Amino acid sequence: MAYVRRYLPHLVLAIGAFVMLLPFYWMFLTSIRSPGEIFDVSLWPIPKDFSAGENFSRAASQVPMARFMLNGVIVCLGILIVQVLTAVPAAYALAKLRFPGRRLLMTLVIAALCVPIQALALPLFVGLAMTELLNTYFAMMAPFFLSVFAIFLFHQSFRSYPNEIIEAARMDGFSEMEICWRLVLRGSLPSLAAFSVFSLVAHWNDLYWPMIVVSDTNLAPPPLGMLYFADVESGANYGALMAGATIITAPMLVCFLLVRRHFIAGITMTGVK
Amino acid sequence: MTPQSVELRGIGKSFGTENVLKGIDLSVRPGEFLSLVGMSGCGKSTLLRMIAGLEAPDRGTVSIGGSDVTDMDPSERNLAMVFQSYALYPHMNVRQNIATPLRMRRLPLSARLPLIGGLFAPSQTLREIDAAVEQAAETLHIPHLLDRKPAQLSGGQRQRVALARALVRSPAAFLMDEPLSNLDAKLRAHMREELASLHRRLGATFIYVTHDQIEAMTMSDRIALMSEGRIEQLGTPDELYRSPATLTVARFIGTPSINLLPVEIDAQGKVAAFGQDLGLQAAAAHAGPATLGIRSEDLRPAAEGLAVRVLRAETHGADRFVSCQLLADETVRITLRQAAGETLETGADGLTHLAFAPERAHLFGADGARRELSVRERVAA
Ligand SMILES: Nc1ncnc2c1ncn2[C@@H]1O[C@H](COP(=O)(O)OP(=O)(O)OP(=O)(O)O)[C@@H](O)[C@H]1O
Ligand SMILES: [Mg+2]
Repeated sequence: MAYVRRYLPHLVLAIGAFVMLLPFYWMFLTSIRSPGEIFDVSLWPIPKDFSAGENFSRAASQVPMARFMLNGVIVCLGILIVQVLTAVPAAYALAKLRFPGRRLLMTLVIAALCVPIQALALPLFVGLAMTELLNTYFAMMAPFFLSVFAIFLFHQSFRSYPNEIIEAARMDGFSEMEICWRLVLRGSLPSLAAFSVFSLVAHWNDLYWPMIVVSDTNLAPPPLGMLYFADVESGANYGALMAGATIITAPMLVCFLLVRRHFIAGITMTGVK
Repeated sequence: MTPQSVELRGIGKSFGTENVLKGIDLSVRPGEFLSLVGMSGCGKSTLLRMIAGLEAPDRGTVSIGGSDVTDMDPSERNLAMVFQSYALYPHMNVRQNIATPLRMRRLPLSARLPLIGGLFAPSQTLREIDAAVEQAAETLHIPHLLDRKPAQLSGGQRQRVALARALVRSPAAFLMDEPLSNLDAKLRAHMREELASLHRRLGATFIYVTHDQIEAMTMSDRIALMSEGRIEQLGTPDELYRSPATLTVARFIGTPSINLLPVEIDAQGKVAAFGQDLGLQAAAAHAGPATLGIRSEDLRPAAEGLAVRVLRAETHGADRFVSCQLLADETVRITLRQAAGETLETGADGLTHLAFAPERAHLFGADGARRELSVRERVAA
């Protein structure tokens, strides 16, 4: 009985993990199988006819995969940097400074969390079109520069930073910006790691917004690039398609594994999940 | 830096509707060790934070060394503060913690940048800072801890680091908010002595907040006792103990606490407890109910006097404290202090009588203010 109680949670989690990971496994499996085997339902990892080389080289040569990846890196880093630069001071002010209207602003931040990008798509698109900024990196990044989610997440974690240390810093001659960046953010590195993963993954995988504002293949980030790829092949070569998908998923996996420890600490610390 | 005076004039502060400080006037002399004591929530920390500049007063002015600093930022006031939680920078080691106040003051912004800052720092200044850090660490006996992080230190060691960080830049005055309250009893007693000797050696102005009257009594030159946003009494520890200005002061100062006896002043000014004349004379104008305060050491067993029942006795080292219950009103507790060897003769049911030294009793009116009292004659007690 105690045995069951001890291992039951693990069992439940294992089933959950299996369900979550299966599509990725399937994607990987398809990417190394030959066209003939693709519709096999077997989960056996070693294909009869090993076509990884062929699939991956097709994926890499058919479309400018390197270009897509570079676009993705530029857009994701651009977004992340501006998000952090704006959200950290905002969160610090909301969490640690006293000024009139602070409550109202915090309420607005939380309310803004509920607004989906789709609701803003049209005005943003019109705005970008009128300023002739469509088909630029800026158009892909601009709507995400100010992240209320980041403000909220950093606010949660900054709030627990000891006030007395901030006061000691003020007496020692730190400016508010130095306190914010050098002390408070320094004490919340796990949150920064967690937010970076959230942001990078979300924007790396984003298809919706780039599809709206970019029609130039040279600017396409990976998911949009995959779409061109699928078009070219009329969806016929699933092996190569999945090889492409594997290539663009890999950086996110690496990114997560690198900061995994901080990421988990960050989420538990801020009580977000 | 020579020690500076700190002057508060008419300081008032409210948080929302709560009036926390109600017009505080206080002059701290240069080089003085002044304690702010009082019950929890009476506004001590708020007052200290105003001196530091961390909180702005609604009314009144703060001056340091004769110049008005009310509108200055904390860093411009050249004060050092030791916080209850020590407030060490968690990611810096002890050496960096102690050096920080000097680095922030003496190095330009470019030299304080992380990673590349070292390129811009004038090496002469850096050497001076290092020397000052070493010396502060020496003063507090922590040179062996300089390379540790705060998380790797015990509470007492963190306390020393916080003190070193405060004294490294010779401030105009030291502000301390209950710096010893997180230490165990023995270490606290030790640090009390060390703080007092540090004060003597530095000759600096210390403003020390505590709710522990023993700390205040043992270290201070003067004590300001606060209650509900006012200063009840300002004086030397001896003055507060021997002539408390109000009932609150009498209650707060002294261990064990002062014995309080409900008394009645009649139209002639005679003081009586439960109908028993105590041989004390108050002003006739003060007729009405009042409270008589008697220190435990001013009581002694006697053949007649206040009839009490002994409840229990505790010996603390050289002293023996006997708790009694007044027969006339069982809710009134009386504590008697004796030398450890002494005993108390009691009759059946633990009954006995206590007499007190009338010239050392304190009388307080119903409003809590001290009343003149003289010894009329030795009657009953
Ligand atoms: N920032 C604040 N906002 C609202 N009320 C406050 C604030 N700071 C202090 N107070 C109130 O002011 C009163 C005095 O607080 P203060 O911290 O000065 O007390 P204290 O004498 O230091 O008590 P303690 O011995 O418990 O530290 C308290 O009633 C407290 O609730
Ligand atoms: Mg306090």
